[in-house]
Amino acid sequence: MTSYVLHDTDVLLRRSLRHILRSPDTIITTAITPIAMLLLFVYVFGGAIDVGSDSYVNYLLPGILLITVASGIAYTAFRLFTDVSGGIFERFQSMPITRSAFLWGHVLTSVVANLTSLVLVVLVALAMGFRTGAGVLAWLAVLGIMLLFTLALTWLAVIPGLTATSVDGVSGFSYPLIFLPFVSSAFVPTEGMPAPVRWFAEHQPVTPIVNTIRSLFAEQPVGSDGWIALAWCVGLLVVAYALAMRTYRSKIA
Amino acid sequence: MTTKPAIEIVGLTKSFGDHVVLRGVDLRVRPGSIFALLGSNGAGKTTAVRILSTLLKADGGTATVNGYDVATEPERVRESISLTGQFAAVDEILTGRENLVLVAELRRLEDARGIADALLARFALTEAAGQRVATYSGGMRRRLDIAMSLIGNPPVLFLDEPTTGLDPQSRIEVWKTVRQLAGQGTTVLLTTQYLDEAEQLADRIAVLHEGRIIADGSLAELKRLLPPAEVEYVEKQPTLEDIFLAIVGHDGAADQGAQR
Repeated sequence: MTSYVLHDTDVLLRRSLRHILRSPDTIITTAITPIAMLLLFVYVFGGAIDVGSDSYVNYLLPGILLITVASGIAYTAFRLFTDVSGGIFERFQSMPITRSAFLWGHVLTSVVANLTSLVLVVLVALAMGFRTGAGVLAWLAVLGIMLLFTLALTWLAVIPGLTATSVDGVSGFSYPLIFLPFVSSAFVPTEGMPAPVRWFAEHQPVTPIVNTIRSLFAEQPVGSDGWIALAWCVGLLVVAYALAMRTYRSKIA
Repeated sequence: MTTKPAIEIVGLTKSFGDHVVLRGVDLRVRPGSIFALLGSNGAGKTTAVRILSTLLKADGGTATVNGYDVATEPERVRESISLTGQFAAVDEILTGRENLVLVAELRRLEDARGIADALLARFALTEAAGQRVATYSGGMRRRLDIAMSLIGNPPVLFLDEPTTGLDPQSRIEVWKTVRQLAGQGTTVLLTTQYLDEAEQLADRIAVLHEGRIIADGSLAELKRLLPPAEVEYVEKQPTLEDIFLAIVGHDGAADQGAQR
């Protein structure tokens, strides 16, 4: 039975990866918004933002990475929605395929697509002067956090992907996620914010995740932020997974 | 084996909220036969097919397909069936061949490419095999859709309004395929709102109306429900379909005329 899950997931994963290869514009558009923000904030607003001694592109990149994933999962939801509304979903459900394979195929595709976009964004940042002395372990830790974050948001994206009734509805859900980093330490230090905004910024998931990645790149100890970031990612992942599976089960009767 | 029905439905009910769709449906379909479920839009045909193909749970009653209960043995049912829904369930971004290979791989069959090539030839899609389905016409999509449903030779085939939206030629091709399949022993349950389709294809016809089967029998039996035929003399005019097929020069036109 386990080998069936793997076999079916593999077949469906290759199918949706092929979709991405046929329309690489989805990866490029995913990367373009964060790259545009990177350019805008580093070359236009960056001169007016004081983040201490660090260069602004180094300061900004972690938040931009999160925005990249937040905009990338809109396509995950969109691909699911297309399958569900187009009828191929019902074909798969009426075939002797393991039930979870359909979702896992999409989820793994989302991970591959988002990692590709992230690599593009990091390459642009490097060209803009982003530098880090981070070793292999620190890079692996960044990769691990981004992977957890991507998985959590991907499972979240599964919900509108399965339930949306229109294309607008399916892409709309990711806007709040894209803007969440603005009210965090991603663009400017939280110290300068008015008290209630600052309280929100410091207690929402983006800030500890951004701070952790920033510390890893700067070869600084991550401190308690590391654990808080990990707890947020795992917590979000568990909740999103449970809700997505519940939605899926109600959908497949 | 021959006496066991391929599909058996007893007292099937289904509501969506306050809206009652099926009010106790009973049906038996003989193996290897073509069974037409006839009804107007909203009669509950699709709901019945969705329950039989394990996409939807019934509220009450039982349904077995190929001897397996759809509620308690859905995996077994899925191994026994193929569903061609109302809208062609094909992957637009993939090519025709890739669609067929995909289904063959999901059914865990050996030689997926060989199976795909054979079906492409059978459904006259070989030339378009390497093109994305997004470029296909409605008739080609439907043919591909049905070809995908035949992979793995499931003993029971559900066709939900298989010819809705098709041009006359594609329609005749679909009919031909359905007849061939039944000839090979596949049980076909098709839903349709076209009376002539049921008349042309089906061994047995059931009329679903407002969630109930109000008539069920062979065409001859259904005809007996009405007063005996009166003999009238009318000039035999060709139907528009006959004319259309004759002037576009389709080879299906000849055998179509012969069956009328």
